[in-house]
Amino acid sequence: MLTKRIIACLDVDGGRVVKGTHFMNLRDAGDPAELAAIYGATGADEVVLLDITATSENRNTLLNTVRRTAKQLFIPFTVGGGVRSLHEAAAIFDAGADKVTINSAAIADPSLITCIAQRFGSQAVVVAIDAKRSDRGFEAWASGGRVPTGQNAIQWAIEAEQRGAGEILVTSMDRDGTQTGFDCELTRAISRTVRIPVIASGGAGRAQHFVEVFDDALADAALAASIFHFGLRSIVELKQQLLAAGIPVRPPC
Amino acid sequence: MSIAIINYNAGNIASVKKAFDYLGFPAVVTREAELVRRADKIVLPGVGNFAATRMLDDSGLRDSINEAVHRGVPFLGICLGMQWMLATSEEAPCHSGLGIWPEECSRFPDEVKSPHVGWNSLEGCKGESRLLCGVVSESFAYFTHSYRVPLMGATVAECEYGGRFSAAIEHENIFGVQFHPEKSGDVGLKILSNFCRC
Repeated sequence: MLTKRIIACLDVDGGRVVKGTHFMNLRDAGDPAELAAIYGATGADEVVLLDITATSENRNTLLNTVRRTAKQLFIPFTVGGGVRSLHEAAAIFDAGADKVTINSAAIADPSLITCIAQRFGSQAVVVAIDAKRSDRGFEAWASGGRVPTGQNAIQWAIEAEQRGAGEILVTSMDRDGTQTGFDCELTRAISRTVRIPVIASGGAGRAQHFVEVFDDALADAALAASIFHFGLRSIVELKQQLLAAGIPVRPPC
Repeated sequence: MSIAIINYNAGNIASVKKAFDYLGFPAVVTREAELVRRADKIVLPGVGNFAATRMLDDSGLRDSINEAVHRGVPFLGICLGMQWMLATSEEAPCHSGLGIWPEECSRFPDEVKSPHVGWNSLEGCKGESRLLCGVVSESFAYFTHSYRVPLMGATVAECEYGGRFSAAIEHENIFGVQFHPEKSGDVGLKILSNFCRC
């Protein structure tokens, strides 16, 4: 049967993996290629690499990192952060990525979703939405969580699907890095509305959080970074606990 | 030995080449009909719309593939490349596939999310399959597709998602996999390595 995916995320800055809380206070967590290989060998179903600073000077560093990371990785590999054009996406695919995530550039110009999907297929386009609770429900934020867009995150997810996104990666800014659990209300609202797979992100801390986001919030995949980088929980151990809780996951090797 | 990976602008083929390189079977990525005609093995990868295979007609690649397959050259279709081996697909009814099998690819029913994305188990793996040698049922592989190949006489592994469909097909020198072996960890590398030895 189709299993729920556990995705290991590498937030990268200048070629190094870093991780913060609420998108700030970054700590160094290692070499992306090494970490990706370890995750691949220990049961991660997918690896996502996000260039969190995404400056143009860092672009070549990023492509080198992608190339190095992809070389020995034989599970799906997604890259994102500052992808602004079809041209930039093509360079990332060339370097060995299978999918790109787009966020701010898609908010600025939603036709970019269609453009990349037509050239590389919808399965290669993941629209990432950084969402934060506000008086008006869930609001989508741009520029790495620095700029509020005024747009409703759920409406934006619907539009992204219509324009050709293959998956939605929804990150709760309120929960990011806190290890207090995924925002199940946010994830459920999007999962129930779109017909494409939804990846939940932000807040993973314990195995029970994954059980909740898969069972109650209907997520197809869940993404976590800090809990794996700092050795709080291995993916093998996490998957064993999920299997014990009756969640279908690909058994760790 | 020369392995030709056909590039017809249907998705990313870099990872397919990378997997063969890793296994120690260097492969060339090409769209030249003549190179394909001379290859010892042919791989047709591809994701995207069935109509993308039109490029195979425009470039003479369809004839090269057809001729090679009839000469007994091992041929592996991956994902869309496997679907193209059938006669038609609901995705692009006006467009014809290679027609090795007369069946049609169909869309997933509305009860399930589409595309089917993620790791799903291979079921009913046939012991006599050369492609799946050493791969047991309940092994997991990575899928991403919206259309599927029905169960047929040539089915050597099945998958369950909104009903059963063919995960792998095989007949003599002709092989197809709906999943992505280049993205399916050790199971996928084993399958690609089996193909290299066919």
